[in-house]
Amino acid sequence: MSEIIIPDNLKYTKEHEWTKIEGSIATIGITAFAQDQLGDVVFVELPAVGKELKAGDEFGVVESVKSVSSLYAPVSGKVVEANSALANNTKAVNQDPYGQAWMIKIAMSNPAEVDSLLSMAQYEESLAGN
Amino acid sequence: MLKQTPLLEKHRQLGAKVVPFAGFEMPVSYKSIIEEHNAVRNNVGIFDIGHMGLIKIEGDEALALIQKVSTNDAAKLELNQCQYSVLCNENGGTIDDILVYRLPMSYLIVANASNMDKVLAWLKTQAKNFAKVTVGSYENYCMLSLQGPQSKVVAGKVLSLDLTTLKRNHLIWWKDIIISGTGYTGEDGVELIVAKSEAPKIWQMFIDEGVQPCGLGARDTLRLEAGLPLYGHEYNEETSPLEVGYGWAVKFDKGDFIGRAALLKEKETGLKKQLVGLEFDGRAIAREGYSIFDIRNSIFVGKVTSGTFSPTLNKPIALAFIDHKNGDSVNVEIRGQKIPAKVVAKTFYKR
Repeated sequence: MSEIIIPDNLKYTKEHEWTKIEGSIATIGITAFAQDQLGDVVFVELPAVGKELKAGDEFGVVESVKSVSSLYAPVSGKVVEANSALANNTKAVNQDPYGQAWMIKIAMSNPAEVDSLLSMAQYEESLAGN
Repeated sequence: MLKQTPLLEKHRQLGAKVVPFAGFEMPVSYKSIIEEHNAVRNNVGIFDIGHMGLIKIEGDEALALIQKVSTNDAAKLELNQCQYSVLCNENGGTIDDILVYRLPMSYLIVANASNMDKVLAWLKTQAKNFAKVTVGSYENYCMLSLQGPQSKVVAGKVLSLDLTTLKRNHLIWWKDIIISGTGYTGEDGVELIVAKSEAPKIWQMFIDEGVQPCGLGARDTLRLEAGLPLYGHEYNEETSPLEVGYGWAVKFDKGDFIGRAALLKEKETGLKKQLVGLEFDGRAIAREGYSIFDIRNSIFVGKVTSGTFSPTLNKPIALAFIDHKNGDSVNVEIRGQKIPAKVVAKTFYKR
């Protein structure tokens, strides 16, 4: 397996979402490990802008040729943006999971939830158990 | 404890993702299922199918046993030919779908890995009804599959012989290797039965020639595009070859065989379910087990047996059993939503 990149400026969940915090906005996507496990991604289903999510809610799905995986909100808040460009560029999830393939932006309603997300080191440790 | 083919180390060296499949550690993909799929559609790819079960039937009554347990007419096989056939139980349900090879001194059965132990036990039990037949497994041989429009040219070059005239379901011998014009991808192809001890060397010759290694992921998308059934998905002990649409492999006129009466009755009274293809306009994939409903009155009509994204058609496809339909479309429930699908012929792709 190729080496899995885990940037240290992001927060993570055990379900393999990454979260980038900028003020009260959380940008969310799936990790390099997740896309590597899925293989060729062919469909991404994202929520409508305005949707209210609680931490842990399913907010969408990502389908590869061989399987379908749910996406879970790392934090609570309102969806303020969804990356509609992914619909026609699902390859980005495999090629640039932390950049072009961001999925949604959430205006956080409870920023304290960020503290319970995993750091790079903690996420790396959770992968070692896989 | 999972079993291994002789090529597991080769797969790991090539960076394959290895998963448990039918009791074996098998490569699911090396880099990208779609790239491996396209290599087979456009050029050539090689598969390790060393998990397939190889069974030897020999003795004066070998043909009689095969005729008794299988639906196709093995008496039509000439020397060095093979045919697709089905092993049915008394109810017409499917024990396994197989290939039967007629070799000079014996018959060779290729069984699905997941069914190998069951098939071997079934054949040994049935063989007790015959005085002059023995059933055993080939422990020292395994299969490789080379598939794609360039497969015969490339295999011929690597093995230094002319394979361009090898016909579908015919086989030739080369040194200790059996080469058959067979495959499970909807493409032209050849399959090699080789000594396990020689398999890594032969595999490497094809890899060195630049042939794309392909895993189970691409094998599944390729067979689905070609509308080919897979045991455990389309076939099982409660499903007959007629329901799968393989009536062409059931020869009622060849004499008695196990399941004949049940299949004949099914043919005369009508099928309870039918395997169909489904095509979608959207991008969501209907996976195995998803429910299907009549598009007009929302009555449950069946379930998806296999579903994937078709790299060749660039859209989702599925195989499904339905008991009836109103018109040309059905609804498939995908994550709580009813998604319309067009009912089409199972063969999504024909070369």
